[in-house]
Amino acid sequence: MASTKYKDVYLNDYFTLVGPLEKESHLKKYNMFMDDYYFGEKTFELAEIKMQKIVIDNLMQRNCLKNADVDLLVGGDLTNQIAITSYSAKNYNFPFLGLYSACATFVESLIVASNFIDSNNYKKIVSVTSSHNLTAEKQFRYPIEYGAPRPHTATFTTTGAVATFLSKKKGKIKIESSTIGTPVDMGISDANNLGAVMAPAAASTLMMHLQELKRDVDYYDLILTGDLGCVGGKILQEYAEKTYNIHLKKYLDAGCELFLNSQETYAGGSGPVCLPLVLFNKILNYKKYKKILIIATGALHSVTLVNQKQPIPAIAHALSLEVVE
Amino acid sequence: MNKDEYKKLVTKHSPKEPRLKNILVAFFVGGTVGFIGEFLIFILQESFGMSVSLAGIWTCLIIIGASSLLTALGFFDNWVSKCKCGLIIPTTGFAHSVTSSALDYKKDGLITGLGSNFFKLAGSVILYGIISSFILVIVRVVIGG
Repeated sequence: MASTKYKDVYLNDYFTLVGPLEKESHLKKYNMFMDDYYFGEKTFELAEIKMQKIVIDNLMQRNCLKNADVDLLVGGDLTNQIAITSYSAKNYNFPFLGLYSACATFVESLIVASNFIDSNNYKKIVSVTSSHNLTAEKQFRYPIEYGAPRPHTATFTTTGAVATFLSKKKGKIKIESSTIGTPVDMGISDANNLGAVMAPAAASTLMMHLQELKRDVDYYDLILTGDLGCVGGKILQEYAEKTYNIHLKKYLDAGCELFLNSQETYAGGSGPVCLPLVLFNKILNYKKYKKILIIATGALHSVTLVNQKQPIPAIAHALSLEVVE
Repeated sequence: MNKDEYKKLVTKHSPKEPRLKNILVAFFVGGTVGFIGEFLIFILQESFGMSVSLAGIWTCLIIIGASSLLTALGFFDNWVSKCKCGLIIPTTGFAHSVTSSALDYKKDGLITGLGSNFFKLAGSVILYGIISSFILVIVRVVIGG
């Protein structure tokens, strides 16, 4: 069984930092923003490390956490060997677990953190996730200044960093249960249509979550997927209906909800911070959703294996959140 | 749902690329680049008294220099992504690919970064360009004697 129910695990606080394009998007009430992609550093990679450090520092300060208070730091990013998170983690004297599920890393970190807290062995855990449009472009696509034409199915990697603090102390958001997804491969190898790669994984995890916890899809006020984008979101709705007979009515995709149409990001946002930014700085602002199921989706994409004509496997992890009054 | 059915579902929901529009934009932008080139050859011949072949070489250099400079100033990538093949197929595309790779990797060191990634995108053009011209020369020698 891949689903776990938690007794008293709370997401006590979060700190968000958004990039220059995200600042002008649908996001409101973010904690901090950056005006340019360098963020006062020499390279984009160093800028992303600084972004992570700033969100962790501010989160610790807001919650009066000292170095010795934090039992564990979990997190990841998109750069090779999750270098960004490792380099920001070396600034702290925390035990550290680096994680990678591509764009599903945020929820993977929260699942790992929730399980540790639920086990009572760890009391205070900080999780961190970031992505930077230009480090991701360099990692997965073309050089930054190269104006490669992008098809309309392509998504735009979100720039931002998010740190969250989890403990057993009662807080704003309760982490109620989680489901760890299985990798899914539907034979799509188009790295410019990652929504189509990930949609079946999201449907499979959703089905598993509902079945194992014996719930109906209407149990949730909102189902929010990570970064399928506007194209992948539509594919998911039809795929879930045809394959699993799940009727997704109260459904939104974070990638599709992030940018304005005028920002020309084509199918919407992507990246591991896309989901937490939209969740914390848009969805929770509405105050009308109490039970939210977040399904973060990740394309487990390797440039080398795509060049070797291999299809891209995808994964999705789900987390059920309850907003506490 | 099997993989083939899923591919059909994906095609159904994926927005179609505006091919006709792309072709027309590429045609006119590419044509304009060609026009500018011809104009430069004419000016160089008339004002500097160059021969046609020498003026052609200078025109090539000016266009390569201009597109590299515009890439470095940060305009050219937006133009290329809008005009697509109109700017990729002429020499402008080649210069743009080399300059953008150089800009990307200059901070990773002169040898390990810039040097080894300089022709990251343009390497294929150079390699297969040389091979195909070599084969064509052999063909010409065999046929033309």
